[in-house]
Amino acid sequence: MSQLIKNGAAAADSWKTLEIGEGETPETLALPAGDVIFPLAVWQARKSELAGRERLGLLLQPDDKVEDVAADVARFALIAVNFPKFVDGRGYSTAALLRQRYGYTGELRAVGNVLHDQLFFMKRVGFDSYALTDGKNLAYAIERGFSPFGDAYQGATDQPQPYFRRRA
Amino acid sequence: MYKYDAIDRQLINERVAQFRDQVHRWKAGELADDEFRPLRLQNGLYIQRHAPMFRIAVPYGMLNSAQLRAMASVARKYDRGYGHFTTRHNLQLNWPKIEDVPEILAELAEVEVHAIQTSGNCLRNITTDQFAGVAADEIIDPRPLAEIMRQWTTFHPEFAFLPRKFKIAISGTKEDRAVTWFHDIGLHLKVVDGQVGFTVIVGGGLGRTPIRGEVIRDFLPWQDILSYCEAVLRVYNRYGRRDNAYKARIKILVQALGIDAFRAQVEAEWAHGKGGPMTITQAEYDRVAAHFTAPTYETVGDVELPDEKPFLNWLVRNTHAHKVPGYAAVTLSLKKHGIAPGDITSEQMDVVADLADRYSFGELRISHEQNIILADVKQTDLHAVWQQARAAGLATPNIGLLTGMICCPGGDFCDLANAKSIPIANAIQARFDDLDYLFDIGEIDLNISGCMNACGHHHVGHIGVLGVDKNDAEFYQVTLGGRQGNDAKLGKVIGPSFAADEMPDAVEKIIQVYLESRHEDERFIDTFDRIGIDPFKNRVYEGRAHGKAKAAQKEAA
Repeated sequence: MSQLIKNGAAAADSWKTLEIGEGETPETLALPAGDVIFPLAVWQARKSELAGRERLGLLLQPDDKVEDVAADVARFALIAVNFPKFVDGRGYSTAALLRQRYGYTGELRAVGNVLHDQLFFMKRVGFDSYALTDGKNLAYAIERGFSPFGDAYQGATDQPQPYFRRRA
Repeated sequence: MYKYDAIDRQLINERVAQFRDQVHRWKAGELADDEFRPLRLQNGLYIQRHAPMFRIAVPYGMLNSAQLRAMASVARKYDRGYGHFTTRHNLQLNWPKIEDVPEILAELAEVEVHAIQTSGNCLRNITTDQFAGVAADEIIDPRPLAEIMRQWTTFHPEFAFLPRKFKIAISGTKEDRAVTWFHDIGLHLKVVDGQVGFTVIVGGGLGRTPIRGEVIRDFLPWQDILSYCEAVLRVYNRYGRRDNAYKARIKILVQALGIDAFRAQVEAEWAHGKGGPMTITQAEYDRVAAHFTAPTYETVGDVELPDEKPFLNWLVRNTHAHKVPGYAAVTLSLKKHGIAPGDITSEQMDVVADLADRYSFGELRISHEQNIILADVKQTDLHAVWQQARAAGLATPNIGLLTGMICCPGGDFCDLANAKSIPIANAIQARFDDLDYLFDIGEIDLNISGCMNACGHHHVGHIGVLGVDKNDAEFYQVTLGGRQGNDAKLGKVIGPSFAADEMPDAVEKIIQVYLESRHEDERFIDTFDRIGIDPFKNRVYEGRAHGKAKAAQKEAA
């Protein structure tokens, strides 16, 4: 469970994440209806069955190669990037690549161990929704988590121009 | 020296507020210890053996007198009135309270000092040559690019949670004094066909698996350094190992892939960033470089220095050639015998700040050999500087000599250490306390680390000493022939390790072999290269039981 933050506010979550259960394989498991976030392996195995859906979600794990879905990103209404542990920073590169290189414009959601003190970095690399870990102070995260710094030196997704190019 | 403008001040003030809030939430139980840990580490705060250890950044080794006075003040007010300079230019306080750290950061921020990213698995402080800007053999002053890179590393959103720490060093001189072959990225500034750029070295490091870096790019135009580093970092962030902290440094990835495959990945990544917004503009370079212009040097006439032996000894060891006639760079030794190498009291910091104001344009530098440098002293002032430094215990004439050793804090302070290092340093200093003898031995680097993390750079000491733990007892492994500089290489292990009380004898025997074998004008390392390790090994282990004999001896005892 988690608490969703979107557009700077708490939001309801219409998406369910499909988990591959024990004894199930991406090739054979049942594909539920509705707003579903599919693991990469399921998407890859069942592309043609899923193709007709109006809203598709994709889940990327830290070691999933974003290059594998580069040609498909326009198909997804939501891509969730998992942070199994908040100290595993691979998801920041995944997000930056999706936004900057592969032109993904849909909802980009940080899921997993998503905490207050990483929200600023997540926003900078291109996330726009955040599944804050349950039990954490949602209101305070919304109030302070995204804005510890009023500006930044480097270019990133939210501001591609580094500060030195924006000096008067 | 770089002066903050509005954005720089805003960001460090916001950092203080952020950390104050994080400490508050941690105390309130809203942040678990595991959640707080990387946050405090990225503000330089470790939990250590006796108390927290707090590491203050000295970006590329540059300080002004006001900054050093502020460090003296916080050490006095919040700690025990002393600090320790490290091999990466930073200042460590050993006894602050965690609750005080936001206040310490606030006081330091007033003089443009911080502790940002001095620890943790992130982009660390960038180091360079302590003689940057004044060295006679300088090609390009590395400081403007070091400052531009400092800003780029600060709160980089994509690389705040790397597999492991990441250290960059820049050298702008012919002779490398920044240990660039043993950093995650090492940069050598050079000029090719009138164009300024870098040789880029990647995948070096000391520590548990010491590896000399490899050249990934022979020439990179200076404008491209940020976008190129982002490509290196992105490949590392994505593919560096995260399953085992001991195999997580970039050097392991480079070794696993091979330099050619790693280079191909970086080049493929860089193709996207090359020429993009992170390309450094001439305007930005000029803006930053304007902070590092030469001070107003005076014309110094003929200099006649007093003919006193102690002063002359100091001149020989502790002063260095300067590119401006009539000036010298001075090293204030933090290697007084009997004191932990790199340690300095608040009173001494104040003295150094005064010396800097009076004699060196208010600026000073920290060297990776853990000393302080006054970079711009008039030769006519050298005697006065020497007298005042000597009165403060900062004029031991042992720079580059055996007792001017590099030494980590070791098991007396550090949680990671396998063994104490300071008592070994002090025992060797006591054995070699005769100055004439030290001068006769001549130039030699002795580096001591209390564990294989190698903060004391033991691998690149001519004599390296590594503390190891054997069945809960402290022993010391000795390596010979390591070196820093352009021909940097790792020392070779001489043989079985020694107990602490055997160490002064072991070092003395090594020195004896050198003194007996040297040709005229041969330094220790030259003799070592000529005669090899065996004569040293034979002398050190002569009559020393080992293997079966040692077991039998133990049995008998």
